[in-house]
Amino acid sequence: MASHQHDENCKKMFALLSEYLDLELPAGTCKEMEAHIAGCGPCAAFTESLHKTIELCREYRPQELPDPIARDARQKLLEAYQKMLAGRRS
Amino acid sequence: MERAAEIELARQLLEGKPDAFDRFVEHFRAKIFNYSRIMCGHREDAEEVAQETLLKVFENFDQLREPERVRAWVFRIAKNACLIRRRKSIFAPRQELSLDELMPAKGADGDPTKIEIADWSAIPEDEALRSELRQVLEDAMANMPEIYRSVMLLRDVEELSTEETAQILDLNPDAVKTRLHRARLLARKTLDSYLRANRPAMEKN
Repeated sequence: MASHQHDENCKKMFALLSEYLDLELPAGTCKEMEAHIAGCGPCAAFTESLHKTIELCREYRPQELPDPIARDARQKLLEAYQKMLAGRRS
Repeated sequence: MERAAEIELARQLLEGKPDAFDRFVEHFRAKIFNYSRIMCGHREDAEEVAQETLLKVFENFDQLREPERVRAWVFRIAKNACLIRRRKSIFAPRQELSLDELMPAKGADGDPTKIEIADWSAIPEDEALRSELRQVLEDAMANMPEIYRSVMLLRDVEELSTEETAQILDLNPDAVKTRLHRARLLARKTLDSYLRANRPAMEKN
């Protein structure tokens, strides 16, 4: 049965989990988290779920693409680009 | 396109290399379109934001001092173009969501050593499931409060740094971290509910 202290550790872990997964925590805190996760099933499962959420974000690619750019829209951009280049050279 | 290739493309654009213009337009137009579609929720707005952003980018490209920062620089312009068009969100919380609301529920039998959670371990092998979940993730982002959505899109989807995201959004880095954590917890919660509702066979216990 989990103790009150255990519950407090879970809460602390929960608050710091993103920084833990982003490797932004000081080494000491990071070690404490690792030790807690290793001994706490729910926190380990939760950490895995958050880690995979981040992975899904990183591999997320647009589900929709814009329509191909219209000729006059491209022309307008090209003119702005060429003007900028000319300004740089002069 | 990898970050390094993108930076190289920015250099080529600045040097006036012939095919750099169209490659740059194609790459960033899709990116800005996706960002603003999720931010604003409208395809038409997103097309216009992409065009406006690219126009500003080309007009001012010589002001990009460090090509390494091209992605952050473009997104700063895109964010401003998006802000002007934003429909005011009624979901914007006045203060940060409390972490307690985002903690998983305790196991149904009241056992504190158990939580209600799907079995996420099956995800890596299953590409069909991953693709399904990416759509759920998009819906989760579209439905979360704007202050979280904007951070998650820049940090986790565009993989900009905490520092770059803070600059784009005019926030301090700690606020970016706080919001990113809540955004991820919200997205996780939606994904977890989806897994439990649609993949009951994957449920633990």
